[in-house]
Amino acid sequence: MITAIVGITFVVSYFIPHFPFNRMDAWFADWFSIIQACAIVLGALNLLKLSAQKVIGKKKDWGYALVIILSFALITIVGLSEGSDYRDPGTGFDWLYVNMFIPLSATMFSILAFFVASASYRAFRARNFEATLLLIAAFFVMIGRVPVGDVITGFMPEGWRLSDLANWIMDYPQTAGQRAIMIGIGLGVVSTSLRVILGIERAHIGSGE
Amino acid sequence: MTTKAKELIAVAAILIFSLIFYLGKTFGWEPTEFSTAVSLLVVILLLASLLWILVLTLQGKLIGRRVVFLYVGIAVAMPLFMKLSQEMPVSPAVQGVYDAVTELEPGSKVLIACDYDPPTAPELQPMAETFIRICFQRDLKIIIMGIWPQGPQQANLALEKILAEPDIAAKNLQYGIDYVNLGFQAGNEFVIQRMGGSFKSMFRTDYGGIPYDELPLVRNVKNFSNIDYCFNLSSGFPGTVEWVQIAVDRYDVELGAGNTAVQAPTVYPYLSSGQLTGLLGGMSGAAEFERAADARVKGTKYMLSQSVSHIVVIAFVLIGNVAFIMSGRKSALKG
Repeated sequence: MITAIVGITFVVSYFIPHFPFNRMDAWFADWFSIIQACAIVLGALNLLKLSAQKVIGKKKDWGYALVIILSFALITIVGLSEGSDYRDPGTGFDWLYVNMFIPLSATMFSILAFFVASASYRAFRARNFEATLLLIAAFFVMIGRVPVGDVITGFMPEGWRLSDLANWIMDYPQTAGQRAIMIGIGLGVVSTSLRVILGIERAHIGSGE
Repeated sequence: MTTKAKELIAVAAILIFSLIFYLGKTFGWEPTEFSTAVSLLVVILLLASLLWILVLTLQGKLIGRRVVFLYVGIAVAMPLFMKLSQEMPVSPAVQGVYDAVTELEPGSKVLIACDYDPPTAPELQPMAETFIRICFQRDLKIIIMGIWPQGPQQANLALEKILAEPDIAAKNLQYGIDYVNLGFQAGNEFVIQRMGGSFKSMFRTDYGGIPYDELPLVRNVKNFSNIDYCFNLSSGFPGTVEWVQIAVDRYDVELGAGNTAVQAPTVYPYLSSGQLTGLLGGMSGAAEFERAADARVKGTKYMLSQSVSHIVVIAFVLIGNVAFIMSGRKSALKG
């Protein structure tokens, strides 16, 4: 019932942004913010609980769980002890953020480069026509997106260099493909939303039926 | 040696390297930089070794994925020490953002939505810094906010750096008058939707706890109708797609975006439809934007890494295909 009321209100308020729908729209949006803020706390506590269970039970890789608990405790204590200005430059929290959180996060993301390279080496094979087409497009986009592409084709007139070819691939074939995917997703979202609003789909409230 | 021991050695090595880099940063050690000749030599050696791997592959000796990892590591890390310059052509998508922001009248209000966090900062932070620099140089007023928790904090790091630059410092810009950081607000796309009605309803106070009405810059900013241009830095959900669907489509906001290379292809349809004035895609977008703004700094430097790593990946794709064709030929001969 709640899902149906909220869903219908949002749909109606999009087309009729006047009282009472605009007010209801604002209420529900505020509720969403409150629920999400609570969910952040819930998520953090859940992470702590699972990590604590892992450490107490000495399960596989419990050492990493211990690092999570200690890091969580450290940043929380440092943050709380510095009052409302805890994020200002020069504070302990800022030091932890700049010198630990940023490099560690960047390191995790940079691992992607190794996986992408390894996956490209093993997966980009000219097995059939479609795969060959993908391989050629990937080759031109990768080389055209970096300055070396234009160095190689520097003798060509402007508009015919590798960067222009990469831009053309991104602007036309790639965009056309993305549009098709977006239209498909859009239709899927509409049908799923209708199922949720009408109560046919109840997986989001924990029901498998 | 057991796996556990190898892991411990790896962790210890990383800790030692981190400590050395931290000490270097703290005590202001001069960054190591290869001369142009050494840089060229390193690139030539790298290319020659790739050629050698190709020869080995042609002889039927295949390489393992650890070798690929090693080459990617070298291709990404070594160019950071090199002294080579590259010419970056500015694509129309990047020029679109630059033109839109430079056409604004001095005093115009620009909203910067920082929807990213440290993992994607290497790509998006140079964009943020260049965009903020352009705004300050042209006397535009900046309002920062984020629907990603760490976004406004990343924006503060960019602000701190740009405000320290001599030409910007000379302007003596004041917080609350020339720029303001409204901070993070939970609620994903609903925050954008509510901002369409009232900014204040979502940001009662700024990042540091100053009440909204006590900030002269935003005191008279009710909603998007008081914003002249919006720039979204995004690395996922919620991000540029949500800003287009709500701020642009419902409230006619003029929007430009800076996205990670992974995300950029998904927002290209909004670019060609005119819903985005321009798009900075990944590191190349950041470097092109720096070139458009005539300020070649971080993005341009990192771009050399990307150039070399792209060449390495392309080389391995070619080597992989050579191995694939040869294995096909062998099975055909056996068959």
